[in-house]
Amino acid sequence: METLIILLIGILVAVATYLILSRNIIRVILGTAVLSHAVHLLILTLGGLKTGNVPLLTEADAPYTDALPQALILTAIVISFAVTAFILVLAYRAYQDIGTDDLDALRGTNDE
Amino acid sequence: MMNNIIVLPLIIPIMVGVILVFLRPYVKTQRVISLVTMLGMAGISLYILNKIQTEGILRLDFGGWEPPFGILFVADSFAMLFVLTANIVTAICLIYAFSSIGESHEKMYFYPFVLFLIAGVNGSFLTGDMFNLFVCFEVMLLASYVLVTLGGKKAQLRESIKYVVINILSSWFFLVALAYLYGALGTLNMAHLSERVAEVGQGPLLTTISIIFLIVFSLKAGLLLFFWLPGSYSVPPTAIAALFGALLTKVGIYALFRTFTLIFYHEPSITHTLIGIMAGVTLVLGCIGAIAYKDVRLIASYNVVIAVGFILVGLAVATQASLEGSIYYVIHDMVAKAMLFLIAGTMIALTGKTKINEISGLIRNYPLFGWMVFVVTCSLAGIPPLSGFVGKVLVGQGAIESGSYILLALAFLSSIVVLYSLLRIFLSSIFGETIISVEDEVPLKKGMIISIVLLAIGTVSLGLGAEFISGYVSDAAHTLFNPSVYIEAVLGGNK
Amino acid sequence: MKINDVILRTVTKIVVFIILTFGVYLFLSGHNTPGGGFIGGLVLASAIVLLYLSHDIETVQKSLPLDFKLVAASGVLLATGTGIGSLLFGAPFMSQTFAYFDLPVFGKTELTTVTIFEAGVALAVVGVVVTIILSISEDE
Repeated sequence: METLIILLIGILVAVATYLILSRNIIRVILGTAVLSHAVHLLILTLGGLKTGNVPLLTEADAPYTDALPQALILTAIVISFAVTAFILVLAYRAYQDIGTDDLDALRGTNDE
Repeated sequence: MMNNIIVLPLIIPIMVGVILVFLRPYVKTQRVISLVTMLGMAGISLYILNKIQTEGILRLDFGGWEPPFGILFVADSFAMLFVLTANIVTAICLIYAFSSIGESHEKMYFYPFVLFLIAGVNGSFLTGDMFNLFVCFEVMLLASYVLVTLGGKKAQLRESIKYVVINILSSWFFLVALAYLYGALGTLNMAHLSERVAEVGQGPLLTTISIIFLIVFSLKAGLLLFFWLPGSYSVPPTAIAALFGALLTKVGIYALFRTFTLIFYHEPSITHTLIGIMAGVTLVLGCIGAIAYKDVRLIASYNVVIAVGFILVGLAVATQASLEGSIYYVIHDMVAKAMLFLIAGTMIALTGKTKINEISGLIRNYPLFGWMVFVVTCSLAGIPPLSGFVGKVLVGQGAIESGSYILLALAFLSSIVVLYSLLRIFLSSIFGETIISVEDEVPLKKGMIISIVLLAIGTVSLGLGAEFISGYVSDAAHTLFNPSVYIEAVLGGNK
Repeated sequence: MKINDVILRTVTKIVVFIILTFGVYLFLSGHNTPGGGFIGGLVLASAIVLLYLSHDIETVQKSLPLDFKLVAASGVLLATGTGIGSLLFGAPFMSQTFAYFDLPVFGKTELTTVTIFEAGVALAVVGVVVTIILSISEDE
């Protein structure tokens, strides 16, 4: 199972890298979003997959899985949600004001 | 242990910031409340710093969950010196903002976001947990994203997109490193990590993980990977740029110091050599940038880069003297860089021009301002009575002790370049024929010059009163140099 | 061009209440089963966003006159307030407590301070999500 998930993470990272390297801002943002999912899966996998019961109070009689990776991932998801939302708004504003979503065109000159 | 006071530097700015959101239309009230908050926080930090000297390192377990299970805040002298300086500098930058930032910014939640920024900065300094460090970093970064874009000028939007994307990427790398660390050691509490690394030995795997951390923090600190820095630090309004220049890279520097003195200090021949090489290259590239550009803001930004290189030389040599020197230098640099950015911004505000060869003779119109430029030049170059001197000497002493003569040479050559790059501003823009006739003279606003003078007083008194803070600094360096002190304070008593 | 959205509007009228109930359910069940303030808040926000989609922004704001930035702010204030609250009782920051009460309708009920914290989180999430959606949809 771990091997499968690691392969999946590899594919996600490859997709994310491809997207981030493109010139279109929206693709870059999608790339960071995909990357965030890959990283969350990585935390989950490295924390150990399914080695016990659900870590809930009502079902605590059996040994239960380490709940910490899930707490970490939840926090990371909240943060990635906030950041992705912010950069989407930012990209939209930039597109409205500058009129392009091409990162090459956003390079800027030294005169400004 | 119960030390609820050490959470106040995180929680007060957040709560006050949120209250200021409700007070959006009342600009005057917002100004008063935010300044009072910052001054109060500086007072609290000073109190905590003194408490540490008598009671040792303070620790607060959130919700009573004891380490290594819960998250916690740890206040040692090293962290509190950073917190104290950061709060004082922020207060002074706020005074500058009152007269320069403009009402439209103030109504777009400028003060709340400055307070959120400082909350993230303080949290990063105080936390004793790696994941919590990530969260505090993100609080700080989110606030900084908003502050960079505040105003929404074209150049700001353009630069902020790069700034945000590069920081998001480095944040995900931070998480990757955290995942590996948790997978390898099964804990994220810094003291516990240190203990476990010492137990199992820092093998190739752990060293690799430490290098991922090095890359992440280098991106945040602007060590070698500073390509994003000059652009994004030169577009926002002056007060914000000064806050960034003074605080943001310091958080990365703090994280580097903490990680590589507390956790990954077993393989200095790999990690610390790498830091040394990166610091050396940073010094060289920063110097080239500082000389090459004519835009005052870019010169100021490259001076930030040089300072980062210099401070990290202290970590690369890692003797107690050099660590002490780095701490002195960080404190000095927060004050002096804020001053440099405020001065650069004021020059642009007064003349409407950004290139040093287009500005001339400001000292004839604004004599006090002219001399302030001279003070900051001397201070950053490390000329004796001012604050940069002690740090430079101690870092140099450490470099000689450990025989790192190349770094020593680079560090001191960089001081000369700093002096040259700033003297260039002084000679071409401050001296010379005046370009502003008496009738065109824009009056220099009181708030601007007051905050610059306050920072000048800060750098002078840090230099003259080095004796006064030496007790705190040597305690901080002692803790950094002996990780067992920190570990004992966090994990001692409940094993 | 006026699009025909009768179906969307009719469905929304019913579905919004289902979503809102589900949001409250998730929020309350978060104590020791899956759920909680963040997820509950997201679901509540999705109901409001659905209203914005089916009716226009002005109509919704007339019947729901809330500044969502202030909703988010009061949420954060509530959440940090519970953290600060434990300082007043001399407990470490963020300490939580719970007790059992005999309430008239519900019988023996467990009430915790975590719920207040989670309510703060939910408010913050609703506020932030709706603010983001509104700031993207504003056309200048």
